[in-house]
Amino acid sequence: MFEFCTDPGQLDRLAWMACYLTTTKHMAIYWSVGTVLILLAVTAPAALLMGFGGAMAARSRIAPVSWLGRAYIMIVRGVPDIAFFMFFVIALDQFFEYIRHEVKCPGWTEPIRQNGNFLVCPEAKLPLSSAPQYIHEIYGFTLAVITFAIIFGAFAANVLYGAMRAVPQAQIETAEAYGMSRRQAFRRILVPQMWVYALPGLSNLWMILVKATPLLFLLGVQDLVYWARELGGAKTPRFTDYPHGDWRIWYFLALLVFYLVLTRVSEIALDRLMVRLTRGQATSGGEAQRKAMIA
Amino acid sequence: MTCWETIQAYALRSVFSDRFTWDFTLFGHDFSLALGAEKLLPRADFDLCQQVVLIGSGMIWNIYFGVLTLGAGFLLATLVAVARGSRNPLLRKPAEWFILVFRGSPLFIQFFFGYFCFLALKTAHPAFAPFTSAALGAAVVLFLNTAAYSAEIFRGALLSIPKGDTEAADAYGLSGWPRFRRIVWPTMLRLAWPAYTNEAIFLFHSTTLVFFSGFPATSQRGDALYYASYFADKTFNPFVPYPILAGYFILLTLIIIGLFGVMNRRLNRHLPEARRARLRLRAGQFLR
Amino acid sequence: MKTPIIAAAALGALVATGALAQDVVRIGTEGAYAPYNYINDAGQVDGFERELGDAICERAGLTCEWVMNDWDSIIPNLTSGNYDVIMAAMTITDEREQVVDFSDAYYPPTASAYAADAEDANYESGVVSAQTATIQAAYIAESGATLLEFANPEEAVQAVRDGEADAVFADYDYLVPLVEDSDGALMFVGDEVPIGGGIAAAFRKGDDTLRGQFDAVIEAMKADGSLNEMLARWFGDESRVPAF
Repeated sequence: MFEFCTDPGQLDRLAWMACYLTTTKHMAIYWSVGTVLILLAVTAPAALLMGFGGAMAARSRIAPVSWLGRAYIMIVRGVPDIAFFMFFVIALDQFFEYIRHEVKCPGWTEPIRQNGNFLVCPEAKLPLSSAPQYIHEIYGFTLAVITFAIIFGAFAANVLYGAMRAVPQAQIETAEAYGMSRRQAFRRILVPQMWVYALPGLSNLWMILVKATPLLFLLGVQDLVYWARELGGAKTPRFTDYPHGDWRIWYFLALLVFYLVLTRVSEIALDRLMVRLTRGQATSGGEAQRKAMIA
Repeated sequence: MTCWETIQAYALRSVFSDRFTWDFTLFGHDFSLALGAEKLLPRADFDLCQQVVLIGSGMIWNIYFGVLTLGAGFLLATLVAVARGSRNPLLRKPAEWFILVFRGSPLFIQFFFGYFCFLALKTAHPAFAPFTSAALGAAVVLFLNTAAYSAEIFRGALLSIPKGDTEAADAYGLSGWPRFRRIVWPTMLRLAWPAYTNEAIFLFHSTTLVFFSGFPATSQRGDALYYASYFADKTFNPFVPYPILAGYFILLTLIIIGLFGVMNRRLNRHLPEARRARLRLRAGQFLR
Repeated sequence: MKTPIIAAAALGALVATGALAQDVVRIGTEGAYAPYNYINDAGQVDGFERELGDAICERAGLTCEWVMNDWDSIIPNLTSGNYDVIMAAMTITDEREQVVDFSDAYYPPTASAYAADAEDANYESGVVSAQTATIQAAYIAESGATLLEFANPEEAVQAVRDGEADAVFADYDYLVPLVEDSDGALMFVGDEVPIGGGIAAAFRKGDDTLRGQFDAVIEAMKADGSLNEMLARWFGDESRVPAF
């Protein structure tokens, strides 16, 4: 990075540190901060969508759909997320490839499962084996997002399901009295009002999501924890210009600070959002705001 | 090997990595009691029974960590919640920081730190030597972690204790410790219980991280996840052991909900039928 | 701001069609087992296997790409087709041979060794650390010692420095640089233990074309001495030089 870094063995402590922290390998850990933030930014709406679908399914008047929704919520919530992380990515990958295989290679006669291998026709491979590395990485990242969305979607479904039931029944009845259909009442009355009831649960869920990101390396994404372990481990001079002892504790300290800042900032932002959403709502919080405004 | 033999060989494998015979005399008769498990884990010809038994054996650790730290964490959480609400900054500030650090960082990283800290403490004083083992060290980390989360739940409950209750206590001339023990604390528990149930579920789930980060497994004695990944590694097939693990945890979650439901009814038994809150973990506002 | 690009690219990858360009052979490795494979300061896969793999690909006229994968899931990801070859200091064992096919060994049958922080370390019945899911861990589990398992080889070595384990049991060549550069803090104890049948590249079962290409080059490199030269450069020291 810097010009004076050509012979790190000769540098004084400060310059050595500057060079050490800017090796190309170190850039990877800085990039992985971005990976974590992007994952959060993409997963949150995806999980919310899954959650909305799950909550609607659980509320459905068609019994099998309702069972499906409830089973999804119960099963995913009853199992430690790490158990899913351990096999979901491979399962999803095989699932997508299987579907593509069925679509693209109808004439394929060889079995897909043979000798313990999972072999689809070359055209169905995901990504294609000729694809450049960055496509593979994006695909891996996408699988991680889907896995997170499925798991946290169940938690979100639980929160939204509760929030939908928390909207006072009288509101729905009023809507019906105005001649709205069930669907209209859902869209115009229930959904806009449920957010204020859902927000505390969703904020909490966001915090859990943030704190689950160190498990990203289980999903094959080289994340912060992966690089902290790799960079922090003791290095001998034979394989690097920057030999050092076991520095993992410093790297993990940096991670700790990163997560503390991230959760603290989220907390403040979510508190503000709550104030915004409470405005004009028929809750004690909304009432308090109204009184404060009059006074 | 029949399945019954597998159970005899491996049901206690997560605790014992050897067989012991215990000879003793009782009422003039000699008894010999054999306890323990096979030293070697299955290494070839894996069957479903082995996976179910060994992963089940690993659940002993998950339950051990869960029960121990939930119990101990409950006490500390009550203290921290009270300290957090105190007007004395010497009590309030440390409680705030304690909650912030343990709720604001991933447990995964807390385990790493716990292990490093105990290693450092061990070099400072040999009394800390046992803490680098999972059985004690990881339990301490989990204990502090769940105490922080529970304290936050209890604090929320303390804030929402109906004014009438405390006013009634004052009217009866209760103050200090009796007021806390007989009025504030039971009401706090009653209000916090649904959220606390959720915390308990999450805590049991978190115990799977013990052998996964930081703390090493000794003599292949590990928790359910440890054995599940052992089989996934040996059979090269993750689709059998992890669903077994998931099944065990769904069962455990249902048991926790059941037990906490019983306790919830007890906490609410003085209320008129209509006002009893059924333990519904619905609004999910109290997720971890 | 990066999100839409990624989403679009991912969508593109999901629906991508079209003829296959020249096939890229993807080589999976761990990147944490110097000198076999490690990540250098430039963030690239480096080491003996990187050099060998690149040489094989060049001679066989293949386009190769290196992929890093966690050790624990390195075989399932091969069998489900996420890469085509594993070159990750993987020892040939019967267990593994049931799910993958190995090329000819490119490293002679290896020795594993104990390293400790004192000459009189009790490696026979004391606590010995090893990496989870390795042949070394399996060996210690059967020996009289108490096995202490760590997720990666580095943590296993660190356990000896921390006094958590009496000795670490790992691949001899992995330990050599660590012992030599430790200024006497680490030393080999006991005899070397020959386990495993050499190190080779692993392929999906039935992927005989690719395996044939690798075998042919490995054989040629053994014959013309270039493999031995490479081994000497990466692993040679005064006491021993691995060679075919």
